[in-house]
Parts: sequence; C-alpha cells; structure tokens
Amino acid sequence: MQAKTFKGGIHPKDMKEISMDQPIMTLEPGKEMVFLMSQHIGAPAKPLVKKGDPVIIGQMIGEAGGFVSAPVYSSVSGTVKAVEKRKNALGDMVDAVVIENDGLDTESEYTPAKLDALSPEDIIKRIQTAGVVGMGGAGFPTHVKLSPKEPDKIDHILVNGSECEPYLTSDYRCLLENSDELVKGLTCILKIFPKASGIICIEDNKPEAIAKMREAVKGSDRIRVEVMKTKYPEGAERSLIYAVTGREVNSSMLPADAGCIVNNVDTVIAVYEAVIKGRPLMHRIFTVSGDAVANARNYDVRIGMSYADIIEAAGGFQKEPEKIISGGPMMGFSLFGLDVPVTKTSGAITCFIKDPVKESVPSACIKCGRCVRGCPAHLMPCDLSDIAEHGDKEEFAARYGMECVECGSCSYICPAKRPLASNIKAMRRTLLAERRK
Amino acid sequence: MENKFSVSQSPHVRDGVTTQKIMGAVALALLPASICGVFFFGIHALLVLVVSVVSSVLSEYIFEKITKRPVTISDMSAAVTGLLIGMNMPPEVPLFVPVLGSVFGIIVVKQLFGGIGQNFMNPALGARCFLLISFSSQMTDFSVKGGIVGASLDAVSSATPLATLKTGAAYPMGDLFLGLIPGTIGETSALALLIGAAFLLILHVIDLKIPVSYIGTFFILTLITSVTRGYNAPLSFTVCELFAGGLMLGAWFMATDYATSPMTGKGQIVYGVCLGILTFLFRMVSKSPEGVSYAIVFMNCLSPMIDQFTRPVAFGMKRRKGENNG
Repeated sequence: MQAKTFKGGIHPKDMKEISMDQPIMTLEPGKEMVFLMSQHIGAPAKPLVKKGDPVIIGQMIGEAGGFVSAPVYSSVSGTVKAVEKRKNALGDMVDAVVIENDGLDTESEYTPAKLDALSPEDIIKRIQTAGVVGMGGAGFPTHVKLSPKEPDKIDHILVNGSECEPYLTSDYRCLLENSDELVKGLTCILKIFPKASGIICIEDNKPEAIAKMREAVKGSDRIRVEVMKTKYPEGAERSLIYAVTGREVNSSMLPADAGCIVNNVDTVIAVYEAVIKGRPLMHRIFTVSGDAVANARNYDVRIGMSYADIIEAAGGFQKEPEKIISGGPMMGFSLFGLDVPVTKTSGAITCFIKDPVKESVPSACIKCGRCVRGCPAHLMPCDLSDIAEHGDKEEFAARYGMECVECGSCSYICPAKRPLASNIKAMRRTLLAERRK
Repeated sequence: MENKFSVSQSPHVRDGVTTQKIMGAVALALLPASICGVFFFGIHALLVLVVSVVSSVLSEYIFEKITKRPVTISDMSAAVTGLLIGMNMPPEVPLFVPVLGSVFGIIVVKQLFGGIGQNFMNPALGARCFLLISFSSQMTDFSVKGGIVGASLDAVSSATPLATLKTGAAYPMGDLFLGLIPGTIGETSALALLIGAAFLLILHVIDLKIPVSYIGTFFILTLITSVTRGYNAPLSFTVCELFAGGLMLGAWFMATDYATSPMTGKGQIVYGVCLGILTFLFRMVSKSPEGVSYAIVFMNCLSPMIDQFTRPVAFGMKRRKGENNG
C-alpha cells in the first residue's frame, strides 16, 4: 500500500541508527530529584508537600491547578528538601518540589482495574488522576484532549509513531518493546469513543516496528497500522491528520474539529498504566543521542531526574559537547546547562561535539523557493520572515503567519542560511502575546 | 557548568546546500556547452568566455569595495553571470563587448538593485539585451573563423542561424543537435546543454516546471503555426526552431534563474507558458529571428506579480467543500 503523506516537508538525515538498535535500559534515579509543577499546558500544579515531609513513590506532590492542568507525582521515596523555583529546559525559573531520594523505593499501593468494568467517565477520571499529559512535547493534558465537545464526532484516534524528528528513537523502541501495552492503552481510549477506529501511524523507515505492531493489532478489529512516508514533519499533528484522513486542521481548530484525536506513543502507554494498573505517570522513555555521548541509546528514566544525572548514568560524554539540545535538533531547545530535570514532556537529549549552526552565516535570500516548497503549512517563509523583520503585524497576519507550525523546515533548507523560522517565531510570539491581552 | 554550551534557536541542524554550492553546480552544468563552444568556434571563443567571467567577478568586487559592502564574489553568482554573458556572445565578438556587458549586467542590473537575489532582471540577459541594442552589428555577426565549425563552413556565413531557417533552408538534424551550427558560443549544442540541465535536475537545483512549460508551449504553438502556414516540413522546422537559437540555453539555464522567476509552483508554470507564447510571438509573428532573451527579460519583470497572484493557500485555510488538492 502507498505510504501516506502531506504536501511540503523536508528530508533531514535521520541519524537514528546510532541509538535505534539497543534495547531500552532502565536508569537508577539520582540523589536529588526535581519535580517541576508546570510540566504541561495549562495551570501549574499546586505543591501539596513542604520541606521535611517524607514522600514515597506514587505520592501526589502537586495537585492539578484546574481542569486544564495535571497533578504531579513523586517518582522516588525520600524527603522533601525544598519547595522553590528551579530552572526548566527553557531557562525559566518555575515552582518545583525538590526531593532527596533515600534510594529505598518505597512505593504506594495502586488500584488496578479491568477495562470491562470501567465506564468512559471512569477511564477519563483515571487518566486525569494519574496526571497523564501529551508526552510528545506539547504536554496538553490527556483527559482534556479526551473530553471533546462532541465525542460522537470523533472517528479517528491516531497514535503518532511517526517520530520524524532526527536522532530520536524512543517511540521506535516503545513500538518494538511495548507493543502490547500500546494496543491496550489505545483500546482504553477507543472505549471512550465507540465510533472511532484506532490508527497507529509509523513512518516507512521503521519496517521492524511496522511488522511488530501489525502483529500486535491482530485480533483488535478497531485498530490498524498505517504506514507514513518518511518525511519531516510527518509527525506534526496537522500533517499527520491530513496524511491519514485528508482533512485539514488550521491554527484556530482543534484536531477534534476534524474528528481526530492524536496521541503520542509514550502517552498511550501511560494511559494503559493509568487506566489498567492505576499507576500515575512517573517515568518515561528518553533518548540520549548525538556524537558527544558515550552510549547513545534509549533509557527508561524517572521524571524528576536531572539531565546531568542521566548523562552520568548513561556513561557520560565521550567528548566535550559544544551544544546540548533538550529534544531533537529540529524543534528542541538548546540548553545553557545540564541542571534541568526531566519532565513528562522531555523526550530526549541530543549532544553535539560541534554546534552545526554556529558557523553558518546568513546571506541574502536568492529566492530559490526551497522554503516555499518545504513549508508544511503552505506559507512563503522567505516573505514572512522579511515581513516579521520589518515588524509589519497586519501583513504578517494577513499572509497567514499564525498558521506556521514552527517546524523549522524553512531554516533547515535555506541555502542562504537565513534564520527564517526564528524571525517568524518571534513575530508569532509577539502577536500571540497581544491576543492574550 | 553554566553557560558553557552554545545556545541558539531551533532548528539546530542545517541542510548542506549553500548558495555557493548551487551557483557552483550551475557553473559546472554550463561547462559542457562552453567546452563545446570552444571546440566548435575556436580559441577566440575561449578568450571571450574567460574575459566575461573575469570582468563580471571584477565588476562585483570593485563595486562592493567602492560602496563598502561585504564582498560576495565567493558565492559564485557573479562568475555564473559572467559565464552566461560569454555564452551569449557571437564567437568572433570583439572583447570589449563582453566586458561592457559584464559591467552593465553586474553593476546596473544586479548591484544597483541590491545585489544577489534582489535584481528584477537576469543580469546576463539584461547585459545581452543592452549589447544587442548598443552593438547590434557586432552582436549579430555570427561569422566563424576557427574551430570545427569554422573549418567545415566554406563560406564564412554571417547570417544568424534562425534567419537562415526563415529562408527555408534547414540544418542536418545531427549537426543541429550536437551544435555544429552557427550561433552564440554557448547556445548551439543542445546535447551539451541537456547534459548540464540533467545534472541540475538530478541535484534538484532546478525542476522541470519552467523549462518544460516554456519549451512545450513554444513547440506546440510553432508546430501548429507551421502546419497552418503550409511549411514543407513543419515538424523538422519546429525542431530546428527548438535547437537552433537560444531556446535551450534560455529555457534551462536563464528562465530558471531563481531571483527573477516565480517561487510558487503554479507561478512557475504560468511563467513558462507565458515565455513560450512570447518567444513564439517574437519569432513567428513578428519578424525578428530571435526572441528568447526579450521574452525572458519581459517575463522577469512580471514574475513578482505572478508570485503574488499564485500564492499558495495556507494549509487548512481553503473553504471546506470536501475538495483538497493533495
């Protein structure tokens, strides 16, 4: 069957081979664990503990700050060392609970459940209680996503296993190693939407994962595997929905408006753990990759562990890195330092011996049109970037600048090395801030 | 640990393609046709090519030095312009002509409008049109003294090849395709030009939209006209029209110039079709033998407007009527 795809996009080197073939390895948590209270989109969680309190694994340490919010759980046992501001991956200081790990791994009791005995409301409630959020990066609370205005109109539940971001292989390893949990998690979600079919979307550069998942979905008549063309950003929500269903979603719509709900692989596995095992979200699969690390592979890490501890536990650097990226190189954030904790949404750390963009000097646009052909939102990034530089807000909006998905394809492909995506992003930030007022 | 890492906005990787590599690829792609030109027309042709390239690069260097701008000759764009100017010269042209052309093309057409990417007209073609008007006798003297063509032609023909076609004469197909016919230095060998074009297509430096819509439109219109006018051999006449003049060089290497052609896919097709129509009008309706340069220069001026009218509709923004265009 023809691999499905969208119009636009680019083909960066995927660099997955350096980490894709080693099985997931569990890392021991560090001595000090930092739990940010804002690991999701929406209101930050409110700390429930204070300095000196004893905590155990699975204990709620931050309660949801509203409906669009999610609780935070401790992934270690020990003592609360501080409730204070700590740095997140973006460099902002945010509320956090700091726990001194006693290494005993004393764990709470969970209440498992049978799916047959649960109503759709129970399922959503269990997901909400477990603090599950979109683990692909955005961190939208999953229970909110699963409560659309018109649940009857949802006919596609997509599991985003495209993993189009270079270097990242955590979804790939999950597809291979946790295929049953994934199918069970998806089955839980499908129970909420009786009219929907579940579709696991995988790019065609991962034939082993496709085979494995095809095997795993046998017997589930509402779930199938779709093969996507390997292209960046195939895994961008709007591109994925279009590729699978032919429906277009713009920036003022939700996927649910097109009858779709899209979840990341790790998120669906977290849904399984939350609904069936009753276990809150406390760990995730995390790719450590790049030429600077000694052992590029995927690790099962506890949320709250610092990047520095992960790198150390993973065998350290084989060479001093010049650039460290939280996430992958296309959409990740470069870090000032490694004293940043893993959150529910951090999927990877990519470490480069040399910063690949440091020496690229922007020159004049030659109007080659590569950015126009590469833009998955069908914009003209070269024009938008100019408009943004001139600060022309009306024209920027009139030319649909707000439809940009910030995938970075334009900057990647530009032969003149112009910072197109940065200019456009900056203008979008300005306009979004104004709209919020 | 603080601040020891390099920090910048995403994306943190870049494609290996640079302006310099693109221009270098174009220069390489032009080499087969240039080499053919030298073999066919003799050593003076080589001199013309070298002088054109050197004077173009020097013009850019000196202008940027005088105006205190960053020197951009390393991006290879001026060298490509120079090479194209040389390829557009008749084989025995006096050397001052390409020098003047280079100075005009680089300084007036390119640099005065802001340098690379900002020019509204292809500098090499702007230069050619300027020279055609200013030095029409030198620019239309296609006599050949050296090379394979010079040796094979008994009488030194100074008629332009397309004008010869109009008299009803025809060139042997083989000579026509290889380029063993009179013409400017770089335009005659369709074979060499197509090899260069294939190279650029494989590297994705150009795509088929502009050249195919251009050549296709011109071919169809010319064929229909030569049939309706009752020419002896309409098909071979049309093929001669394709290969004898500047169409191959123009369609593959000059109409595809990034700065002066539309960026949108639809726009490129509109642009190519208009080029085909204009070239047809110049060559077949008006009595001028050649029309490629003027057609491209004219369409260069319209390409910003074409871009404006063919802007892609932002994703998810078209009226929903169940229609989508892939």
